[in-house]
Amino acid sequence: MKYELFPLGEDAVLIELSQQIDIETHEKVQLVTNYLDGHPPEWMIEYIPAFTTVTIYYDPFKIATTIPFDQMPYTYVCQQIDSLFAHFTDRLKEQRRIVEIPVCYGGELGPDLEMVAKVNQLTPEEVIDIHTSGQYIVYMIGFAPGFPYIGGMSEKIATPRKESPRLAIPERSVGIAGMQTGIYPIETPGGWQLIGRTPKQLFTPETNPPSLLKAGDQIKFTSISLEEYQELEKRFV
Amino acid sequence: MTIKKAGLLTTIQDLGRRGFQKYGVIASGVMDTFSHRVANILVGNKEEMPTLEMTLIGPTIQFDKDVLIAICGGDLSATIEGEKVALWRPVFVKAHTELKFGNSKEDCRAYLAVAGGFEIPTVMNSRSTYIRASIGGFKGRALQVDDELTFGEISDMSQQIITQLQALSDDRVIEEKWMVDPDRVLEREVGQPIRFTKGREFHLFTEASKRTFLREEYLISTQSDRMGYRLEGEKLSLAEEAEMISEAVNFGTIQVPADGNPIILLADRQTTGGYPKIGQVISVDLPVLAQAKPGDRIRFVEISLAEAQRLYIKVERKIAELKCGMKLKYCYMGG
Repeated sequence: MKYELFPLGEDAVLIELSQQIDIETHEKVQLVTNYLDGHPPEWMIEYIPAFTTVTIYYDPFKIATTIPFDQMPYTYVCQQIDSLFAHFTDRLKEQRRIVEIPVCYGGELGPDLEMVAKVNQLTPEEVIDIHTSGQYIVYMIGFAPGFPYIGGMSEKIATPRKESPRLAIPERSVGIAGMQTGIYPIETPGGWQLIGRTPKQLFTPETNPPSLLKAGDQIKFTSISLEEYQELEKRFV
Repeated sequence: MTIKKAGLLTTIQDLGRRGFQKYGVIASGVMDTFSHRVANILVGNKEEMPTLEMTLIGPTIQFDKDVLIAICGGDLSATIEGEKVALWRPVFVKAHTELKFGNSKEDCRAYLAVAGGFEIPTVMNSRSTYIRASIGGFKGRALQVDDELTFGEISDMSQQIITQLQALSDDRVIEEKWMVDPDRVLEREVGQPIRFTKGREFHLFTEASKRTFLREEYLISTQSDRMGYRLEGEKLSLAEEAEMISEAVNFGTIQVPADGNPIILLADRQTTGGYPKIGQVISVDLPVLAQAKPGDRIRFVEISLAEAQRLYIKVERKIAELKCGMKLKYCYMGG
């Protein structure tokens, strides 16, 4: 696997796996983070995965106490990463966790479903069919606690953002913005087209991990009725 | 202890919420890690225990029990019964005493550590307050009038410090005679520029912008907070437009949005960012930067990563020596 290393200050190293956002790069990111979860190096504090990079934080002082006096902790960390990568030959096939996200589409919970259908010359039912049959992957969690950047939505239902954003998008709303689909873990302002809402909580600070989704998860959207939604919401929220 | 006056922004902070940034959870924690750590060490606490971060205008605090405290960082005019309270050293305070902070003299933040630490529930491995999401700290918010905080059990070291201080006098307030000199530990001279290492996109800036950044003074805008310092001055621009992909950022990352005004990311920064990074403030200078106030002017000077790591290790060694010295003085040498 090809990669390049860059310092991000004295206590972090950024591993760039590619300069392109695509599924292949994403799988490399997954491979690296799965490895780090399974075999956390002693010198690692934590890591942050993104679309094309994994950044590892370390403690330069701790490392300094274990290496020759004239060696830089950064050099040591780079060498350690090089030897980790020697293990990564071709083991890209790992099992993905599939997380089901039940969604009540349309109606009050998805006020823009009709709009998305109209823009794409489809019926609302066709939009739901396309949205629930996609192969979705969480590329990264960022921007807000538990917010997933999801890749894999069909072009057939791509819709531009609203011209004037809503002041508050209710938590757990499922939306479309351009080529992206997403779920809002917490209430925020935003311009996404809202096609439905899930009864599942995406972010709960009291649990570990606090985020329902993590990078690399496969998402399966399923369509549920309003009654089912209300039943599940009582259970989850 | 009871809060009698809240001050401008008084929050519980520790060394930050580490390990959850991969879930998009902001790290938070103290702005000036050095002052926080030294304050804890001076009262016999572990460095990661929570302290009170006080900003520009400090609170008034009533102690209900005898307490060992240390105040480090900026001078927020701390007094007890009209007498100035010395910074950067252990101070024993008898019960039913009021500690009053006023306005900052030059710096921005002060840290109050109490022996035993503040009893605060842990949320995601940390006691830091992240106000925007109401996570952690004291009820997820800044302290207010009438809030009551309790302390944990004190360490043997804290007990030894108290015993030795009480041997000095019977006064209501007993200050240790020696103090830590922060400038000596951090090897700073007054007015020294903020040191940075080159960011990953430094080379993408125009030659003029690179020169400007290294030469000009920048003003810390009033729109600065714990999330970041917005700088005003000569604008910076890229040689050609670059397609940026969001990636991790760090405490001290200097990023430049399209408007050309640099932003230095601080304790409450988001986990990832998509703006070009011109530089990274070195760790040793972050506590100095954290003491700069809106309206202050700063300059930058570039150093190598090797030099930055050498300084990092040097300062850590000095902090380790301070801990050793405390142990020698209070635990092995007796009263």
